[in-house]
Order: sequence, then structure tokens, then C-alpha cells
Amino acid sequence: MGKTIAEKILSEHAGKDVKSGDLIIARVDVAMVQDGTGPLAVEAFNRMKLKALANPERSILFIDHAAPSPRKELSNAHKILREFADKYGAALSEVGEGICHQRLVEDFVKPGDVVVGADSHTCTSGALGAFATGMGSTDVAIAFGLGKVWMKVPETHRFVLKGKMPGGVFAKDLILYIIGMIGADGATYKAMEFEGEVIENMSMESRFTLTNMAVEAGAKTGLIATDETTRAYLRERNRESDFREIKPDPDAVYEKTYEIDVSGIEPQVSFPHTVDNTRPISEAKGVKIDQVYIGTCTNGRIEDLRIAAEILRGKKVAKGVRLIVIPASRNVYLKALKEGILEVFVEAGGAVLSPGCGPCVGIHQGVLADGEKVLSTQNRNFKGRMGNPNAFIYLASPATAAATAIKGEIADPREYL
Amino acid sequence: MILKGRAFKFGDDISTDHIAPGRYFHLRTNLPELAKHVLEDADPEFAKKVQKGDIIVAGRNFGLGSSREHAPRIIKIAGVSCILAKSFARIFFRNAVNIGLPLLECDTDPIDDGDILEIDLEKGLVKDLTKGIEIQATPLPKFMLNIIEDGGIEDHILKYGDFKLED
Repeated sequence: MGKTIAEKILSEHAGKDVKSGDLIIARVDVAMVQDGTGPLAVEAFNRMKLKALANPERSILFIDHAAPSPRKELSNAHKILREFADKYGAALSEVGEGICHQRLVEDFVKPGDVVVGADSHTCTSGALGAFATGMGSTDVAIAFGLGKVWMKVPETHRFVLKGKMPGGVFAKDLILYIIGMIGADGATYKAMEFEGEVIENMSMESRFTLTNMAVEAGAKTGLIATDETTRAYLRERNRESDFREIKPDPDAVYEKTYEIDVSGIEPQVSFPHTVDNTRPISEAKGVKIDQVYIGTCTNGRIEDLRIAAEILRGKKVAKGVRLIVIPASRNVYLKALKEGILEVFVEAGGAVLSPGCGPCVGIHQGVLADGEKVLSTQNRNFKGRMGNPNAFIYLASPATAAATAIKGEIADPREYL
Repeated sequence: MILKGRAFKFGDDISTDHIAPGRYFHLRTNLPELAKHVLEDADPEFAKKVQKGDIIVAGRNFGLGSSREHAPRIIKIAGVSCILAKSFARIFFRNAVNIGLPLLECDTDPIDDGDILEIDLEKGLVKDLTKGIEIQATPLPKFMLNIIEDGGIEDHILKYGDFKLED
């Protein structure tokens, strides 16, 4: 019987042939925590009396959620991570280096890896053909110390994406559309495998946007087979030797297969307070917005900043709207700087901040006032997500965000492209 | 393991942002303090009302969102003995098992706020003593029961120095 991508990678890491539903102990290649979940992992590591790291170079502590620190409690949390990294020889990603998921795909994750992260959007790395999944702090503490985790092998839902993406419609619109269709628990416990001509023609950066949001449908991970696009991405990062072919068997068994023709999809907007509360732009236009945020692990990559800058070039942000732009990593920031993209945002009236999670976390850099509405390129719009339960979060693509910033209300990016 | 307590009802899609709001991010290294805000954005009075042994009874997709293990930990610190829901988000479910907080999936519609419940964890049987009815939940797999009985995965690892799990 053929295997899905998940079954193939997990069989390699369990040291035996496994299929969906099996309980396994899986070897871990990359384990990571961030500043919100890391201190608890350090505590758990110590309580379990673990003595050393199984794989120090690929045990990573990221300071990205509240970076730079807005208050002393978080400065102390950062210190815990720095001291742990120093004591055990783990990798440390400092203030300004960027968001964990972006840094993982840029510099750490290889196709075929098992990646566990104490952050739910760890599934982002799945676009590189790695089995990457979010877990708790204690799980990752065990992965740090023992180099393994317990896991159930998930069933896979296959998404065959056909047709041609219409102009002004991006990977973000596509994944919001899919989540709107299957619901916020439509893929709970499952792996989502994306394939088809849409994926074949899609950039690596857009693929990361798709897999990043797999967890918003409840999935354990999102997966994409590797191809020449994957190879080119790794080559650009000077690590082509990390490439290997990862693909499902032709006779793999899927619990469900969805065939979706993308040709008729419009730009999408998720309305408060759930990600699956999506509407096409034609039914979303006109909602007055106080703040626009372009950035995050979902949409803070160079491709995202380029399209937003294309729309904003020579224009001004509407009166009464704050535009916040945060590149996802130092690498993205430098590219945007050299391409003159950051200049476009600043001249349009935007505030460009240093790489990190920014206001998505709800602790700094753009917390909303009571009753305010924000349109953000992030992945979540739960009540209270951005620091105020009395605020309203709308999710959309960077193009829709840029158009909205100009108009001061939710706008169709196709009017500006 | 038999658990008994009073039901606190919640709706669908209770996220980890409802349970452990991001605005208290700085309290993540101070769990007893964070626990004073548990579920604040779903029920601002919950932390004051909840008593040791009480049971959370929710709808679909409880615990969706962030991987923050703080969410089940502060529910446990608040004294909750078990969570019943129509379904759970995966990372929350895993974290709850790992920290030794019992939870079961079952039809929660027949249970009302304030009902007294008695739960047989091994059998997955929920008795609503107030209503005099029984609800069969999906029993936990054996290895998850083992983790919970060991007091959580930390104690399991301390005890065996490794995983010792059987399906």
C-alpha cells in the first residue's frame, strides 16, 4: 500500500513502517521554542533532569514574539532563553533576526525533516517537504533532551488545486477560501497535502503562506512535495545540498480528497472573530478600518512586501489610518531595504518596524483601542488576539491590506493593480 | 480514575486567546498570577467562581489556536478536574494529556451549567447526577491514560527516563 508524505517521513523517523493511526516515538531533527513558550520549556527541561541537548545545532531558541522587549518581565524571559542557549550550546535567534517560522525555512529546515516547535504555526515548514508540527513546551523540552517525541501518525486530506489564480488573488486568499469552506476544525488531527497545477506554478513564498495556515483548519501539518521550486529556494539560501525529493506514492491512501478550481476565487476577507468566517471581497468592501498591519509569519516575506509596495507606490495612507509594516526576518528586511520597498512604505505614511511578530501577539507595537478595527495579513482573528478583546480583526492578503490602507476602508486590490 | 464536580458551560470555538489572553503575555513566567485571568475573555467571572474539582463543559473545537501550554496549565491550576467538549483542537488536547489534565470528547448538549457530574475516565462514562442521565464519551487511548495516571509526561519521563508507552 502506498504512503502519503506524512507516512513516508514518519516511517523514516520511527525506524519502521508506519501508517495513519499508529502511535509512534519519532526521532526529531529540528526542535524550537520562542520567547512566549521557551521559559516553560526550560523549566520542564530542568524538572525532568535532562542533562544535555540531543542535537544542539538544531535546537533553537527564538526571541521574536516580544522583541525588542516592551517590559521587564519579558526581558527576564529573554534572559532565561539566552542563558539556556549559552549553557547547552543551543542556537539562539536574537532580537531583530526575525520570526521563528521564517528563519526556520530560510536557514534550518531540510526536506524530509521532522520539526517540532512550541508554536502552532510550526506547520509553515511543511512547504519544504518536512513534517513540521506545533506542540507544547514540555514536548519540545523532551525533544531537546531526548531527540524524540510521541506522536500519532495522522490521516491525510489531499487538496488538489486546479486552474489559474486570477489577478489580484494570492495564496492568502486561497487558504482563507479553503478554511472558509472546510471550517476551523475541518482538518483537525489531519495532515493537509496540497498539490496540483496551482501548486506547481506557485512560488515557495506563497507555498509557505498556505502551509502556515494549515493549523487554522485544525491540521497537524500542511505538506507540499518538493520540486524544482524547492530546489531553487534552497539554492538561493546557499544550501542546495539540503534538497531531496519528497513526494507521496501514486497509490497513497487519503482519507479525503478535495478538488478545487481556483479560477473563480475572489480576494477573501475573514471577519471577526474566527478564521473560517470568510467572505469574498465583494461582500466585505466598505468596512472602515483604523489600522492596517502588513507582516507576520503568514505574509511578511519579500514577495508580500513587493506586492504591497506596488500598490502603495506614490500613494498616501488614508487620513485616520495607521499602517504598520514588519518584514518577517532580517533577510527579508535587508532585501526590502535594497529594493527601495521600505522607502515606499515610509513615504506613503507607514511605520516600518524591526523584524518580529509585531502586534499579532497582542503585547506591543500596535495594540488596538476599544471598538477599533484592524485589517491584518496575519493568520488569526480570535477575540483578544491583538491585545484587546473589544477590538475587531479582519484578515486578508498583503494586496488587500495595501488597498485598504489607501482607501481607509476594506478595498478590492484589483482596483489598484 | 473517578472525577466529580460542577459543570461550567462554554460555547464553540473557545480559543487559547480566550483562555490565556495575549495581553497577559508577560505573566507567562508566573502561572499562578496568569491563572487569575483564566478564560477571562470567555467569562470574566470564571476565575473567581471556579472551585476545586469543577468541570469545564464546552462545544466544538475547544482550545483552538496557539500552542501555549500555559492554557491547560492555568485551567489545571484553577482547580478544574476535567474538560468535556464535543471536540478539541489538537495541540490543546495533546498539551492537556501531557500535563495530566483529563479531558474527554462527548455530546455536551444534554449537560447544563451547574449540573453535578461524575466521570469514569477509564470507561469514558459521564454521569449527569443532576439530570440522572449517562453520556458515553470517546474513551482515551491506553497510552494517554497512562500519561495522565503518571501525573503527566514530565513525571512519566522522570519515572522511566524515556518514553514507555503502549497503544
